[in-house]
Amino acid sequence: MLARPGLPGFEYVKASTPAEVHQLMQQEGVRLMMGGTDLLVQMREGTIRPRVVVDVKHLPGMREVEFDEGQGLTIGAAVTMNQLAQHPAVQTSCPALAQAAHSVASYQVRNRATLGGNLCNASPCADTGPAMVALDAAMVLRGSKGQREVPAERFFLGPGRTALQPDEFLTAIRIPPPPAGAASCYLKLGRSRSGDLALVGVAVVGFPDGTESGYRFRVALGSVAPVPLRVPAAEKVLAYDPPGEESFAAAAGKAMDAAAPISDVRAGAAYQRMMVRVLTLRALRQVWSTLGEGR
Amino acid sequence: MSDLYEVSVTVNGTVYQRSVEPRLLLSDFLRHELGLTGTHVGCEHGVCGACTVLFDGEPVRSCLMFAVQANGHQVSTVEGLGTMEELHPLQQAFWEAHAVQCGFCTPGVLMTLLPFLEENPTPSEEEIREAISGNLCRCTGYQHIVDAVLLAAEKMPSQGDC
Repeated sequence: MLARPGLPGFEYVKASTPAEVHQLMQQEGVRLMMGGTDLLVQMREGTIRPRVVVDVKHLPGMREVEFDEGQGLTIGAAVTMNQLAQHPAVQTSCPALAQAAHSVASYQVRNRATLGGNLCNASPCADTGPAMVALDAAMVLRGSKGQREVPAERFFLGPGRTALQPDEFLTAIRIPPPPAGAASCYLKLGRSRSGDLALVGVAVVGFPDGTESGYRFRVALGSVAPVPLRVPAAEKVLAYDPPGEESFAAAAGKAMDAAAPISDVRAGAAYQRMMVRVLTLRALRQVWSTLGEGR
Repeated sequence: MSDLYEVSVTVNGTVYQRSVEPRLLLSDFLRHELGLTGTHVGCEHGVCGACTVLFDGEPVRSCLMFAVQANGHQVSTVEGLGTMEELHPLQQAFWEAHAVQCGFCTPGVLMTLLPFLEENPTPSEEEIREAISGNLCRCTGYQHIVDAVLLAAEKMPSQGDC
């Protein structure tokens, strides 16, 4: 029986140990697969043509979420978007991540799509990227000679490019415990309310801190630069000026200035830039309102 | 041609053993190997939802999986719902509310809604619209589908019966 024309043959390996993965990665034309929701589309389009597909989601710990008051969250790279969106510890400690995960594609795709896959695919419009950056997450990369952690901000190098070395793969994502009294959110603009890729994604984390303003905010943008973009200029405004409409508007303006979108089939750059300002303002208001509940 | 892999997949309660190439999609496996053509194939990009089946009870896109990945797993397709003589209550509600026009999206919509209604037997219209947001229908404007789900929620026993 024939498969679809255009999908060339390959070898499939369901890996059960990291050593097996490292051994296979020494060959040419090897692609690692988790949920497969991006990989299969790329194979169909012919943009990649792997000789061997290695399914790594069954490795130990890859599909588990652990939460510890002191350590924070450790999320296996193959944890699905629905798992994340519905996980009580993720919802409580990192609402921005739960919301970002929930905003990805459709319910059916979220049952397969994984956090690690979304990050390693390194699409500029990936929803979980800005959340990772704003939440100060670290990527746990396992190489053939050992393990290292890379901060989210340094993990993304460009569209489709990450800090992963040829012998490394992502096994987990660590998110430190949220600072006391922290609030966060992720807001996304797509062409429709659900299912679409982000035209703009904004993740904001805020918490009481010993700054001039008494609060520190972390602001990260998605879909408006080659990589998820943290906006230090906006964060600086918010660290000095008292929280409120005036400083939020100023910070949102800084976010708009930092954004460097390109016009494409989904939206024009000028529109995206303006929407960065709108969404950043809304996200700051929302986080501030949640912080207010604990004030 | 790459090597063949032996798979054993339980579809609608029946165990099927086949030799497949890794490149064979689960959707094509169901349709061409097993002849279960109720699962439709639309966009093959995971967008349209027509190929939705239950994989270990959870709705997934069968066009975004390889058949080899289903080895040892349970798959449910629209063929496992009702029969021509006795429709599943959800199918009956679709019939009564005229939620089917061309019918292309219907199997995917039904398979999406089945676990949804088991988890949420009395959904609001808003919840229904979110539940079917991953299924594209070019005929109905969705209103009749929403009506059908509301009707089904009235008819169906709150514990899943299939």
